[in-house]
Amino acid sequence: MNLTEKSKFENFKFSKENSFLIDNILKKYPANQLGSAVMPLLDLAMRQCNGWIPEAAMKEVGRLINIPFIKVYEVATFYSMFNLKPIGKYFIQFCTTTPCWLNGSDDLLEACKKYLKIKCGETTEDGLFTLKEVECLGACVNAPMVQINDDYFEDLNKTNLIKLLNDLKNENKVKIGTQIIGRRGAEPFKNMEKNKNA
Amino acid sequence: MLSKNDKIFKNIYGFSGFGLNVAKSLGDWDNTKSIILKGKDWILEEVKKSGLRGRGGAGFPTGLKWSFMPKELKDKPHYVVINADESEPGTCKDREIIRNEPYKLIEGILYASVAMQAHTAYIYIRGEFFNEYNALERAIKECYENGLLGKNILKTGWDLDIFVHRGAGAYICGEESALLESLEGKKGQPRLKPPFPANVGLYGCPTTVSNVETVSVVPEILRRGGSWFSSLGNDNNTGTKLFCISGHVNSPCTVEEEMGISLKELINKHANGVRGGWTELKAVIPGGSSTPLLPASMCNNLKMDFDSLKALKSGLGTAGVIVMNKSTDLIKAITRLSRFYNHESCGQCTPCREGTGWILKMMNRLCQGNARIDDIDKLNDVCSQVENHTICALGDAAAWPVQGLIRHFRGEIEKRILDNSLRKSAE
Repeated sequence: MNLTEKSKFENFKFSKENSFLIDNILKKYPANQLGSAVMPLLDLAMRQCNGWIPEAAMKEVGRLINIPFIKVYEVATFYSMFNLKPIGKYFIQFCTTTPCWLNGSDDLLEACKKYLKIKCGETTEDGLFTLKEVECLGACVNAPMVQINDDYFEDLNKTNLIKLLNDLKNENKVKIGTQIIGRRGAEPFKNMEKNKNA
Repeated sequence: MLSKNDKIFKNIYGFSGFGLNVAKSLGDWDNTKSIILKGKDWILEEVKKSGLRGRGGAGFPTGLKWSFMPKELKDKPHYVVINADESEPGTCKDREIIRNEPYKLIEGILYASVAMQAHTAYIYIRGEFFNEYNALERAIKECYENGLLGKNILKTGWDLDIFVHRGAGAYICGEESALLESLEGKKGQPRLKPPFPANVGLYGCPTTVSNVETVSVVPEILRRGGSWFSSLGNDNNTGTKLFCISGHVNSPCTVEEEMGISLKELINKHANGVRGGWTELKAVIPGGSSTPLLPASMCNNLKMDFDSLKALKSGLGTAGVIVMNKSTDLIKAITRLSRFYNHESCGQCTPCREGTGWILKMMNRLCQGNARIDDIDKLNDVCSQVENHTICALGDAAAWPVQGLIRHFRGEIEKRILDNSLRKSAE
């Protein structure tokens, strides 16, 4: 998969829709400071390339805002959200920092690995899921939680996590945010079933 | 307990819905024109009078910080930059403001822009907050459409543009000068100070970086008066505060309370108590991962404000309260934080780049008890070599939780080492 993924983007150009978005992004910054647009442009390139940034896209970003390739590369390698290798359709970022850990994220991560039959940093054979362990995602009162692509899935336990993965696999509709029925977000909510700390 | 009338964030959970009309019905954007027309000196004076201290962690007086900007706009533009790069473990308050109360932030930026003579503001939001970013963009668009942003706002002659810039997953960008570097399109590595941002900030222009919560409470302060805000809480620790209560509580939540509320009341009233009851409490990290933990014995009459926590060698930080009951392996809990800081060190300063790795290695060994008793002193020494020897506070933040653990739970670490050596000799 990697080889075809890579060759697919050898002659990377932004799509028409994205070129339109770029015009709007560039307007956010002073005309002599277009280097500021490197992060939003890399993000856009990543979205166009199924979730990762090939070298050709970094070169194109540099060309558009007139900064050397190496400067783009420096930024692309510094920030953890920029994927420099192809990923699966669903990119699972698993938070295991202390507030999530206190609520059982280690056990949950193990359950997730077992279900997907992969380790952290790997992609399932069918190309559907990539799993990554990440640092605090800032949803600590809804711990444990994961981010999948752009969305947070919170207040997880083994049952609702596996159900979530199953639903994604079967292209069923999933609920974004907290997985507790009756809870909306960060408000106090008594939940006796929550995973206890191991 | 904070009275309903004194709550600033009336829609923090989004129960009332979303949109400018909802926000207005709850009191936002009331009297905006006359506040703008009262001018910069009046705004600065009221914010100073309120005693508001920055809600991003450091607790620096906001009015004073804002007054560091050059008095008059000269050849260089001024910038207001909002730090929405919320990434401190245990902290999830700005997220609630952004997704449920973004209009307070926008209105606050407007007054801050008048106070600091800036016609452009950037909001730097952490990249992972994608849906929050969309909510914010939607709110900003609505404000433009209703003449609350853009040119000649509410016919006052004041112009302000707000742009949102997404980060891309780097904790260090919550440090203000790293944030500015990132906003300029570079790696987020902190700058040496001086010069301070108020003189040389974004694009070399006068800039002030403020936290989301700090700016969002300003409209209410200006409407009700600085003296109203300062009547809440205690001297030098005024107003209300958003607390995020996570970890071993029955009902984790984010809640607005009066500054100086006791920890016990905070946890019992809002988070439905410690799991297993108050007597099961082992330790609390009171203000986000950087603040040293406090053992249960210090928690009974603990006041949650800047000065009370500082007196106990901890801090209010971001008010991200991480509760740990007696089931917790504290050494492991702090080791996980050491791993966090090791991962997030930007690599610029040697003591932090190398030190966070050493700290993590030693903590990993202490988790197993695979160490000697004097290794604890060695670890303390490494921490003190990192602390205060780096450009920014990440090095300090990596040292503090470990120092706190050793200060209060040295016995537990020693016991693990002894148990381990006994087990080994038995084998």
